[in-house]
Formats: sequence, structure tokens, C-alpha cells
Amino acid sequence: MGDARAQNTVRISIDGRPVTVAVGTTVAVAVWNHGIRRFRVGVAGAGRGPLCGMGICYECRLTIDGQPGRRSCLLPCVQGMCIETATESECTEPAGGTRDV
Amino acid sequence: MSEPDLDRSEQQPRGSGRPSDPSTESGDCLSGTAYESAELPTHQQLATTNQRRREFRSDARRALGRPAGERFKTKSGLNIVVVGGGPAGVAAAVTAASADPTARVTLIDDNPALGGQIWRQGAAPEPAVGARKWLRRLDQLGVERRCPATVIDTPSPGRLVVADAEGTSELAYHRLIVATGATERFLPFPGWTLPGVLGAGALQALVKGGLDVRGLRIVIAGTGPLLLAVTDLVRRRGGRVVALAEQADFSSVMTFGRSMWRSPSKGLQALGFAQSLWNVPYRFATWPARAEGEGQLERVVLVNPLGEANVVECDLLACGFGLRPNVALAQALSCDVVDGRVVVDDRQQTIVDGVYCAGEPTGIGGLDNALLQGRIAGLAAVGRSEEVRSLSRRRRREQRFVAVLEKAFRLRSELRSLPETDTIVCRCEDVTWGRVREFDDVRDCKLKTRCGMGPCQGRVCGGALEFLKGFRPETPRPPFFPVTLNTLAPTGASERTPASEDAPEE
Amino acid sequence: MSHHGTPQADRVLIVGAGIVGASCAYELTRRGYAITVIEGGRPGGGATAACMGHVVVMDDSEAQFALGHYSQRLWDELSDRLPGSVERDLCGTLWVAEDDEEMAAVHAKHAFYTERGVKVEILDAPALRRAEPELRPDLLGALRVPGDSVVYPPTAVDFMLSEAVRHAREHGVDFELVCGTPVERLSSHWVALRDGRRLEGDWVVVSAGRGALDLLPEALPGHAIRPRKGHLVITDRRPGFCRHQLVELGYLKSAHSSGDSSVAFNLQPRATGQMLLGSSRQFGRDTAEVELDIVHKMVDRGRHFLPRLGELQAVRIWAGFRPATDDHLPLVGPVPGHETLLLAAGHEGLGITTSLGTARLIADRVSGVDPEIDPTPYLPSRPGADHG
Repeated sequence: MGDARAQNTVRISIDGRPVTVAVGTTVAVAVWNHGIRRFRVGVAGAGRGPLCGMGICYECRLTIDGQPGRRSCLLPCVQGMCIETATESECTEPAGGTRDV
Repeated sequence: MSEPDLDRSEQQPRGSGRPSDPSTESGDCLSGTAYESAELPTHQQLATTNQRRREFRSDARRALGRPAGERFKTKSGLNIVVVGGGPAGVAAAVTAASADPTARVTLIDDNPALGGQIWRQGAAPEPAVGARKWLRRLDQLGVERRCPATVIDTPSPGRLVVADAEGTSELAYHRLIVATGATERFLPFPGWTLPGVLGAGALQALVKGGLDVRGLRIVIAGTGPLLLAVTDLVRRRGGRVVALAEQADFSSVMTFGRSMWRSPSKGLQALGFAQSLWNVPYRFATWPARAEGEGQLERVVLVNPLGEANVVECDLLACGFGLRPNVALAQALSCDVVDGRVVVDDRQQTIVDGVYCAGEPTGIGGLDNALLQGRIAGLAAVGRSEEVRSLSRRRRREQRFVAVLEKAFRLRSELRSLPETDTIVCRCEDVTWGRVREFDDVRDCKLKTRCGMGPCQGRVCGGALEFLKGFRPETPRPPFFPVTLNTLAPTGASERTPASEDAPEE
Repeated sequence: MSHHGTPQADRVLIVGAGIVGASCAYELTRRGYAITVIEGGRPGGGATAACMGHVVVMDDSEAQFALGHYSQRLWDELSDRLPGSVERDLCGTLWVAEDDEEMAAVHAKHAFYTERGVKVEILDAPALRRAEPELRPDLLGALRVPGDSVVYPPTAVDFMLSEAVRHAREHGVDFELVCGTPVERLSSHWVALRDGRRLEGDWVVVSAGRGALDLLPEALPGHAIRPRKGHLVITDRRPGFCRHQLVELGYLKSAHSSGDSSVAFNLQPRATGQMLLGSSRQFGRDTAEVELDIVHKMVDRGRHFLPRLGELQAVRIWAGFRPATDDHLPLVGPVPGHETLLLAAGHEGLGITTSLGTARLIADRVSGVDPEIDPTPYLPSRPGADHG
């Protein structure tokens, strides 16, 4: 029984917390069911969550295994996947500040 | 990174153990001599794409009126590519493969699993009996599945550029069936960007994929029969539908309802929905004026033409303003698109030789229409004109349904005044209504405000601006969907190129 | 078409509202001229909308340097007044060197710019790594030109035209923008539109980019403007992936290679956090369709310098045409035999940078003022190349 369940589930991490989900669950669903509504941070700084659920809108973008900007609604969870939400990767830093060498 | 795979379509010869459909044994105009003694289009690598690309537009036009099949012929059979793995695409692939056992049929979809949105499978699959039957046939007939994979360019007639996990490759076809489905139309209103506000179809897709809605207070709003299907689904999954707001008037919806009873399958569907509506506060001529909450959705203000406002506390707002045909690929192929729909004849043939279109891209008609048009396109693509003709009466009946649906759920003009000055219209670039409303030209608006320049490439704001300002979506440019540069340019495929002769500049 | 505004103001007709035409409108209205700008498409919608917007001083020739240096100073003077939408970013340019030969070029460039008063500095390998950690670690160094900047050209055109409106109002002269109708013919005092309208003025400035010479009453001996196609790829937002405009020096090695298409590494960080990847050069192409094989080469070249570049997503790819002259210098000044018919075209890949200097030269000619730089290298009357 335990084995059977293990075979039908995968373990992933969401913002550093270990989570077990059913095989075939998309990342978007796993993140939502984990209680997270704010998937990414928009250009102007406001939180955003999934809009279209089918890979069109890019609102459910997350950083997955270090790669930002992945559409979580299209990606099935796989064993060991590392998911980070609201990484604010889009907020631009002020120009010039770090340029002086 | 693996070696580039520029010529995937030549790799696997079709399996010989494919069952043939008894009804396909008879000859037809395309079998036999029509494909004899000719050859597959020579596969060339991306390096030679540009020459053909330059000739594409004129070629596409020249090809009009030439009998299908003359351009590309093959001993081994037709190469048929179907783009879109929803009902129309699956029906087209199955029908073509069974009608012409010598055809090689490839089905492309950008989702990991076939079935499209309506037959969506997930961690907890719905018992979609119809879907399982069709999908099983796909395998029995040896249809090659390519998913997840995305068409990112149409370099020349007979060729697609397809991106998948391994990179980009060319795929050649003699016949192309565009079955790219539809997406929801979203309209901006204050608060629509709050997490917790999502599309009606989106909620359906996510719930089918295992999204837990147990105990959640859900408002379903927008327009169209989809709202009923979503209500039905979330209630069965333990969600509490605290309001169902249909923007169309009661009388329009009733007219539509009566037309559904004339079709047995639609009537049964309607009956099922009617049952699921028991105890749901169902309001007509009502729409969301704003969504509110701190950081995420907490309540929705619903309004009606009398100006009455109703505040509904909720956890989720599923809101879709109808479906919108996905015509981008057809546009890129130089098909004729009028009023947002791909123009086809009664064989699902577009104005471009060898290119067919089936299902929602030709007009929103639902599952039955998609299956029927898919079958017709599959038959037409292999030249089985008689069978195509035999389906024409049903096709016309479904076409009438398309018109009825469109009329009943036409968007009311009040929705044009929903966005306020600071309401975001382009969610990728956070461009507000205040910035875009002054523009009269879609391209000017895009260049000056960045509206539609984000990763969704205008797929969300495009539908809104089509309604709000009458902007017609521009013909897409490659890549049709964002892809990584590594996907676009698989490593190892090209040697070091001669460097530029003079300095790069601005 | 009647003259409005003050009766004594000369009217200048400007044909083409790209960055060059818009800058001419800006400069001429500033000096009190009445202006009609005639644009067949939409302002800033041609090469201006397709280019990178790198404001860069180049050193291929003394004349090219002089116009670029002058223009960059004018951009700097304007910078405080540019609205945020122009996205001006003083990111500087890094010319990166892969080997000793290119490092020698870095030193040569350093000497050239320093002699002419342009602030530059040489970065050794460790300094380069600190400046741009994403660059591959074995590069030898780079020349840093901190004064180079980036603007977003379509909104820069908007700014120039709106300033022109303001100037005209201040001077009480007329300003008019006629859009959407192509020009049929023109001479030194009038412009005929395809819809039959005929506009008259005291001067006519032709700033129509690649099509400019075709509009002239007769051929310009010895000169041609050829469309030179270029591709650009814009990525998703990755703020900080690189901070300077990065350009390879490798082009020096195969200078004047005769192939009809070439690519070079050129990456620009946009103010939005997006990366804009260039660049390709092709002659003999007549449509702006994207050629993925060329893009492939551009990405290869980019990855050669930035190993992780391939992880970024391409959001859009487009192609456009640079208006290229044979001697790589723009045609600025009167058309021989037509003293009031002025050309301001053929800026190839430097139109954004040199637009402001060009506009000054044109306005100086119209108002009879001595220009700040020697205008003779750019005059259309200069000897042209031999066309075989």
C-alpha cells in the first residue's frame, strides 16, 4: 500500500518546503493546493496568479529548477523538482548603480 | 544539449502493423497515380529556409486554385500534420489516418497530453468516454504524437518549424490541418489582476488537473455555456458557487436554450447543467464591475444594467467573456481571417492550398462542431470528397448553432466602460487603460506603450482590445510562442560563422 | 496649402518622420521655422522602430567619429528633458577582446578616443569579469566607453515631434504632421502626395531613409542607399544579466569580407530588464521576414561570449533595413543643383546616434549659420563610389 502510493506520487519542493503530489499534477495545481496564490510579481510590483490555465497568459510563471519564467500550468511535477514562487525576477534594478568598475 | 534534429519527420517509418479502416479500401481521386512517381519535398536544413520564406507569400497565392495534391506527392503516402490535439485535431488525425492507410499522420500539441481543453486529462482524470475512444483510435492507427511541442514558425509552404524539449526542427507536410482551438476572452476591470481572479475555462482546466476547490466560495462570471459547465464541475468537486453572473439577458439565454433542445446531445448536456444549477444564485444581465482584496481576491462587486451593485465575498472569481478562435497560426500561413475567424469552404479547406482548418478557429461551435469539422478536414485532406459531401448537411446544421451561440452571448456595450484609467490592460507589461485608450492603431499603441510586447505576445490584451477598441490582432511573427534561445538555436548545429565585416552599431 | 503663422517664417517641408526627420523638425521649430512633416506610414515606424537605439560614438573614420561625437554631446544635453518613456540608460559600451590581436585593437581604440577627448578605459580580464560576470571567463579584456547610452527610438520620435509642436507654439509658427499618404514626387519647393495634394515650402528636407534617393527629381551621381537587413531578438526580462552594451571586436579580423551575410555579437540591456540580441548584416534581401538560420548564427555568436545566454527566452524576433551608403557616411546637405532641396538620409546603422547632429547641420544650412563641425564629408556633392 505504502509502495503503491509512493509510486503514484512525486516529491517536490515549493519555496524550500517538501511537498508530495500525485503523479501528473501540474506545477500550477501543486503550488495552488499548497496554499500559494501569488505566483509571480508583475512589472509594477503587484502579485499575480494563474489566469488562463492553459499556457497562453504567462501569469503562472515560476522559477523551476533555477530557470525563471516557466509556465507552471503546462509542466507536470517530476520527482525532486525545485519550485520557487514570486522570485521578483522581473523587477528592474536602477540603471547604472552597479556599472562602475 | 543533444544534437540538433532538423529532420525529425523522416526518422521513423510508419509502423506496418496499423489496422486499416475497411471503408478506406476503395480508390479515390488522390490514391494511386496521384501520388505515384513523385517525391517528398526535399528536406533541407534551417540554413536554406530563408530563400523559401521569401517566396512564401507569393507561392501561397499562386497555389490557389491548383488541385490539392499536385504540389507534393509521394510514393509512401501523404504527410499530414495536424496542429492541435483537441477534439477537432484528434478527429481529423484519426479520420485521415483511417481513410488513407498510406498517409503518415503527425499530431502536434503544446500540452503534455492530448485532448485539448475540453477533453483535458489530469492527475484525477474525468471519465471522458468520448475522449478515450478517440485517443485510443489514434494509437491503433499509428498516428505519431508530438507533444508537448509548439509550432513557432511557418517558413514556407509545406514546412513548419516545431520547438520541443530537444530544440527546433523542421516538419514537412503535404496537408496541414489547423485545429488550434480557442482561448478565453478576458476583459479588464478594476482588480482583475488580483491573484484569485482567473478565467472560467482556466478554473475548469485547473480543477480537472486536481486543483482543490473544496469549501472555496466561488463566483463564476462572464458569458456563455462554459460558465454552466464550470459551475457543474466545481460543485461536483466540493466548491461553493456563491454567484453565477451571466452578462447576457435572460431572454437571449432562453432563446439559446431552446435551440439546444433541438439537438439531442446538446439537450442532454443542457439537462445535466440545469440540474447542477439547483440552488445556485444565477443572475442574468449581471457582470463583475470590480474585484477587491488585499494582495489577493476577497470580494467581487457585481452590477446590472439598472446600476444595482451586489458585493459578494469570495475566494475565487472565474471570469471568461466567451471564447475567441485561435487564428494566429492560420494568419501566419496566409489564410484568410475575417471577423476573427478562419475562412474555410465546406471541405474545411482554407484559401491556401493544402491547408485545412477545423473546429473553433472557424467559429466557436463547441464539441460536436469540432468533431464534425475535424472529420471533414481529415477526409478532405486525403481526398475523400464523397464522404465529405455526405456530411455537409450536418455541417450546415452545426454552422447554424455557431451563429445562434454568437448571437445569444454577444458582449454588451456596458462592458466597454469597465476599465478605469489605472486598470491594467496588458498584464505582462503592466500597461494601463489610461495609456492605451488614446491610440487608434494597434501597432502604434504597441510601439509607444509596450502593450502586447510581453511574453503572452498580446494573446490576453489582444482579445480585450479587439472588443474595447476594435483593434485587429497583427499577423504573428516567429517565434509564435516564446522559446529559449537554446531551443531556437540548438547547439552544435552550425559552425562558427564569418564575423561581421564592420562594427555592429545601434 | 496656405501659409499660417507669422508671415516672415520660412516653411520647411520634411519628408519622413523617422528619428532623423523628427530631429530636423525639433531643431527647425526651435529656430522658429514653420514645418510640415510628411510621413507615408507612421512616425518612427520604419528603421527607427526596428533598430537597437544604441547611442554610440564609432571610430571607423574621422568623419564618422566627428558626427557621432557631436551628436552624442547633443543627446547628453537633451538627457535631462527626455521623458521616462524614452528609457534613456547611460549603460556604456564594452568592446570585448578574445585574444591578443583584439586586445591590441582595444589599445588602439583607447588611443584614438583618448586623443579626441572621449572618456574610455581599458578593463583587464579580472575587471571585465567583475563588470560582467556572465561573460565567459577567458576573455582578455575590454574597452569601456562609459558615455555611450541606449534610448528607445519610437518614443524618442514622439518626444521630438511633441517638442516641435511646443516650439512652434512658442514661436507662433505653424507645425503640421501629414501622415499616411506616400509622397509621389518632390522638388526643391514642393512635395506632391499620392492623393493629389501638393504642399509648398521654402525648403524641402528628404529624411526618408532607404527610399530617400528614389524621391529626388533626378539620380544623385555616384551615390546609392542600399537596404542592409538586420535581425534582432528581444528576450524576457532578466535584469542584471548584463549591464553594458556588449560588442565583440572580432569583426576586425575579417574586415571587408565579401560574403553577403554576416553576424556579430552585440547584446544590449534594455531599461526594462530585457536583453536585445544583435546583430546580422545582409545585402540583397527585399523582405523583412525573419530568417531563423540567421538568428541561429546570432545566438551561436552570443553564446560564444555569454555561455548562459541560451537560457533566456526569445519573446520576439524581427528584421529591418539599415539605409546604407557605399562610404558608410550619411548624405546630409543640398542636392547638387537644388540649393533648397536637402538630403538627410543614409545613416546606415547609426541613425539614432547621428540624428541630432544631422538635424543641426540641416538647420544650420537653412538658417545660414556656420556649423559646429565640418559639414563637407557628408555633403551629397562629395565624390561617390564607382558603380560598376
